[in-house]
Amino acid sequence: MLDDFFTRALLAGVGLALVAGPLGCFVVWRRMAYFGDTLAHSALLGVALSFLMSLNLTFGVFAVAVLVAVALLMLQRQASLSTDALLGILSHSTLAVGLVLVAFMTWVRIDLLGFLFGDILSVSRIDLIVIYAGGAAILVALAIFWRPLLAATVSPELAEAEGQRPAVAQAVLMVLMASVIAIAMKLVGVLLITSLLIIPPAAARRFSQTPEQMAGIAALIGAIAVIAGLMASLQWDTPSGPSIVVAALVLFLIGFLVPVSGLFKTQAKGETSK
Amino acid sequence: MPDPSAQPLVELSHVGVRGSDRWLVEHVDLSVHRGEIVTLIGPNGSGKSTTAKVVTGVLKPDAGTVSRLDGLRIGYLPQKLNIDWTLPLNVERLMSLTGQYDRPQVEQVLDSVGAAHLRTASVQSLSGGEFQRVLLARAIIGKPDLLVLDEPVQGVDFAGEVALYDLIGRIRNEVNCGILLISHDLHVVMAATDTVICLNGHICCQGTPERVLESPEYQSLFGPRAAQTLAVYNHHHDHTHLPDGSVREHGHHHDHGEHPHAG
Repeated sequence: MLDDFFTRALLAGVGLALVAGPLGCFVVWRRMAYFGDTLAHSALLGVALSFLMSLNLTFGVFAVAVLVAVALLMLQRQASLSTDALLGILSHSTLAVGLVLVAFMTWVRIDLLGFLFGDILSVSRIDLIVIYAGGAAILVALAIFWRPLLAATVSPELAEAEGQRPAVAQAVLMVLMASVIAIAMKLVGVLLITSLLIIPPAAARRFSQTPEQMAGIAALIGAIAVIAGLMASLQWDTPSGPSIVVAALVLFLIGFLVPVSGLFKTQAKGETSK
Repeated sequence: MPDPSAQPLVELSHVGVRGSDRWLVEHVDLSVHRGEIVTLIGPNGSGKSTTAKVVTGVLKPDAGTVSRLDGLRIGYLPQKLNIDWTLPLNVERLMSLTGQYDRPQVEQVLDSVGAAHLRTASVQSLSGGEFQRVLLARAIIGKPDLLVLDEPVQGVDFAGEVALYDLIGRIRNEVNCGILLISHDLHVVMAATDTVICLNGHICCQGTPERVLESPEYQSLFGPRAAQTLAVYNHHHDHTHLPDGSVREHGHHHDHGEHPHAG
């Protein structure tokens, strides 16, 4: 069964969506969409450096993403520029430096389009192992840090006053994001990774009443988007990565057509618990 | 009631915190004992919240020392708490933000602040007064030794303010914790507080609420009119407005009758 490239693509995509959904919830709650984009763009610099230093690609991308996250934290403390502007600088300069480095390396043939937009149909068995082992590790870490992360998201001050360590939770979140980006880059590409972190949680919000529900529904919506997108790309011969993102967008839009207000009205204010 | 001979829950001595170009607060000495309510008052930018953050440990002081009782449990009501709409959070889930509590515990603590009916409501749907009461419930659910309340009555109308301060006084007796209260208005906290510390970058004056009101430092900070308005609020309450809107009579010399919105 794994001999079929399409089955491997499906498994890889679903595996990624199951991780990206719950993690993406924090990206949405903490308004880190642009931050996620910046880490994703830095992945191309990671690719270039990996080739330059003959490193493992996934590891190289992960390491550069972590470095960019640390650099951002340090710049936030020192520079007088707004976070928004800092992100803009880091995001595009890492992408541009990556592209320039790739152009210099005439001795290697790099499929640039594959890295920018992903090539999920070329997923190997090894890639599958990396996705599922890495994905499982990310989910376990997320489960362990779920409560402190949530407290830090609501209010870092409150969390710290009541004996938690929001700075640790934040660092863990950055490492997890860097890991997901390293895993996802090959599947959907540098330019589209963040969409899998953001669109499924955004679509899940209207149907969720607790953070945990939202994480679960986001994972489910992401998985459906992967399956639908890949089917569509097979059917109409469209590029696979963008097709998945389009499918997620369609699900997000369909979500608006479902009348949710009636669903939750009884749960709003005034319901007595007696 | 406070026992001044016991070791304080938290003690700040000569604490100073520096901002980027100036001292936000300097030479602050304060302590909170179990069963004691200490109120920090001062104008905007006087360092009240900064001092509270030193007490909770969120800020490390640049000068002076802070000592807390070993294993001190803190309940905190921050001055600002904006919960993004994208985060689906109902009141019950908010209660277990920093600890795990079962439903009876949640129901009991919500009941004690008069918010039992809000248990399943989403936090974004609450009014200002409801939200503050829910936050107060959240701060006390872990049975803290020290409760730090940063402007707990913001967004609450005057009747609601009085009810909330009554509630805070009750919490002090029921939970038997020390309370550090931050307020910009001394009058409404008068009845509930034991010690008032008047802050304006440093401690201007401190003592019982009556003494602080009469002190020249307080009057020069807030103006003599601030002291004069005392009589308006310092009347004897013959009834109490409970947080859920009903009225509890203390004496029975007259009857309010059943309030239509009670319950």
